[in-house]
Amino acid sequence: MKRTVALLMENQPGALSRVVGLFSQRGYNIESLIVAATEDPSLSRLTMTTTGDQKVIEQITKQLNKLIDVVKVLDLGESDYVERELLLVKFLHGSIQTEVIKELNGEIIFENNELFNIQFVGTSKELDQVLKDLESSNPLEIVRTGAFGISSNLKTLTI
Amino acid sequence: MRSLHEEGVDIVFGYPGGAALHIYDAIFNQQHIEHILVRHEQGAVHAADGYARSSGKPGVAIVTSGPGATNAITGLATAFMDSTPVVVISGQVKSNLIGTDSFQETDMIGISRPIVKHSFLVQRAEDIPSIIKKAFHIATTGRPGPVVIDVPKDLTDPEYKFDFDYPKDIDIRSYKPVKEGHFGQIKRAVKLLLGAKKPVIYSGGGVIQDDASSELTKLATLLDFPVTNTLMGLGAYPGTDQKFLGMLGMHGTYEANMAMHNCDLILAVGARFDDRITNNPDKFSLSAKKIHIDVDPASLSKIIDIDVPVVGSAKECLDQIIEELGVQSHKIDHDKLKPWHEEIGAWKEVHGLNHNLLDQKPTGGKILPQQVIQSLYKETKGEAFITSDVGQHQMFAAQYYFFDKPRRWINSGGLGTMGFGLPSAMGVQFAFPKSDVACVTGEGSIQMCIQELSTCLQYGLPIKIINLNNAALGMVKQWQDMNYGGRHSSSTYEDSLPDFVALAESYGHVGIKVKKHEDLESAMKECFALKDKLVFLDVDVDPNEHVYPMLEAGMSMEDMHLSKDIKTW
Repeated sequence: MKRTVALLMENQPGALSRVVGLFSQRGYNIESLIVAATEDPSLSRLTMTTTGDQKVIEQITKQLNKLIDVVKVLDLGESDYVERELLLVKFLHGSIQTEVIKELNGEIIFENNELFNIQFVGTSKELDQVLKDLESSNPLEIVRTGAFGISSNLKTLTI
Repeated sequence: MRSLHEEGVDIVFGYPGGAALHIYDAIFNQQHIEHILVRHEQGAVHAADGYARSSGKPGVAIVTSGPGATNAITGLATAFMDSTPVVVISGQVKSNLIGTDSFQETDMIGISRPIVKHSFLVQRAEDIPSIIKKAFHIATTGRPGPVVIDVPKDLTDPEYKFDFDYPKDIDIRSYKPVKEGHFGQIKRAVKLLLGAKKPVIYSGGGVIQDDASSELTKLATLLDFPVTNTLMGLGAYPGTDQKFLGMLGMHGTYEANMAMHNCDLILAVGARFDDRITNNPDKFSLSAKKIHIDVDPASLSKIIDIDVPVVGSAKECLDQIIEELGVQSHKIDHDKLKPWHEEIGAWKEVHGLNHNLLDQKPTGGKILPQQVIQSLYKETKGEAFITSDVGQHQMFAAQYYFFDKPRRWINSGGLGTMGFGLPSAMGVQFAFPKSDVACVTGEGSIQMCIQELSTCLQYGLPIKIINLNNAALGMVKQWQDMNYGGRHSSSTYEDSLPDFVALAESYGHVGIKVKKHEDLESAMKECFALKDKLVFLDVDVDPNEHVYPMLEAGMSMEDMHLSKDIKTW
């Protein structure tokens, strides 16, 4: 089962390596990982997607909470939340029709006479489908950010 | 050094080196803190650990960068696995040299990350007081554990001055250990305790760490429940008490393991359902309800699903349970437990450990290792601090020395570190200079930190080293006997052992060799009569002896080898 876990941690050197290290140390998977500073500069928000059954996810959140640098952990899947991921794809001119891009809700964000870059936004699942649909057009390069999310109720990950 | 003094530290164990020289100069220039020079950094951390485990106060070690730091790693991992409060201060190369592969540089924060509770890389000299305050707070509260403070050399330069202010209190927003148990959970626990017909209290090192032994004993007495202790928990409940079942687990007693398997309620306190306890978790005590009190939420339902988890300190939660039982005391019914006590009594009778081995003349001529422990117990009247190394001797000591008091049994349970015994005994002896401290070891383990004999001479530590010499890596050999067709791959070295008596003497200590059963007790007496001397008692024991009972891998707790020929399944 795929789960998205978000956490706030101290914005200081070493904090990220403790979080990442915990995963390899205890044999958990990280499918994707996003980190950025928050509006409070002393904190970073980290979002990761991982797989495991309920028991594993519970252990992951408990172990994350134990890290001194981790201030707060939220398993987003515990309640309703929205998830987004960004996908950038590079195509040579002529390899794809602009209609196809439009149909897939893609946006051309850069273009020259050789190639163009297209941006797609959606849930990870939607982007998986987009990539499938683009496969036959031979994209030159693909890059994904990994998913992040925010709960869609009054529960907030703040301190 | 000033911060350490403010923190109440009066002893540190360490070894100097380039990056730590400013710190060592500061040590030289002060009188409050005694520095003990060890012979290897691993010894410094183990000594600090032994000091912490026996005294309950945090232990401190100081090492230099590079090899000093890496040598401290085994000590840190040992402290981490057994959750002991140790603070290691490591020198680091100058700030501007970090990351340049400079001389004696190693990424201490990175290397130690998975085996510390937390670590700090000092970035400004002004932060040293608050970091030290935080380090001690983190190391000693909640589930204790080791903390590393890595200090670049330029930040300890005495040329740099700042206004010193040692914080009185510390607030770490992300670290608030829970003390009191949730009242609803306490009530649920009490309900199960009152309803049980076949209960067992299973307590571990957490009870000792939290100084909750008297609460545990009080609760067991109040309810008339039998108690078993983990290897780390020995001494939390009086070892000579009628209701004590002995240690449980891999080499636990028959009655303890049978009781765990057949009970209807387990009250686990400060224990963590480690694999050396549960054997196969899928077959673990299937008919029992489980209450688990632990200060670390991550320990709850980690391996075994728990019916009533209680997050909180052992002491507080046990107190809360006792208080609630006071309210409901009319529901306590000792008679209900009689058949259970009888059942346990019968197990004890059939396959309990033979505790009258000492007077038996061994049939094979060689002294049995168990007899040495019984002789040690008799000579010290059960009052000594016993440290141990890792292997068969450790298990024999755990089985045959009854600890009536907490903090008397000091061993590396989690990591299983050979070499822990002697340096940790040094720490214990410094904490309790007037008490008998014995290190039960084997000829394999003792050679892993034998250099500390020199430290013992320098500081006049009268430790008694009880070496169960079977001329082999006994536990490895036992497994090879049982599981590898008796092929003793790299587990024997009988032709190349040192003369331990001569070795001890060359370090300025006393060595005594015992070969015959009839000499054992008198030698043990002589050993402890030499009050001011370190005595190395080298006892030749039967090399063919195995540790029993022993759980059969992959099966339940009632599936045990009881001797070379008897199995329970």
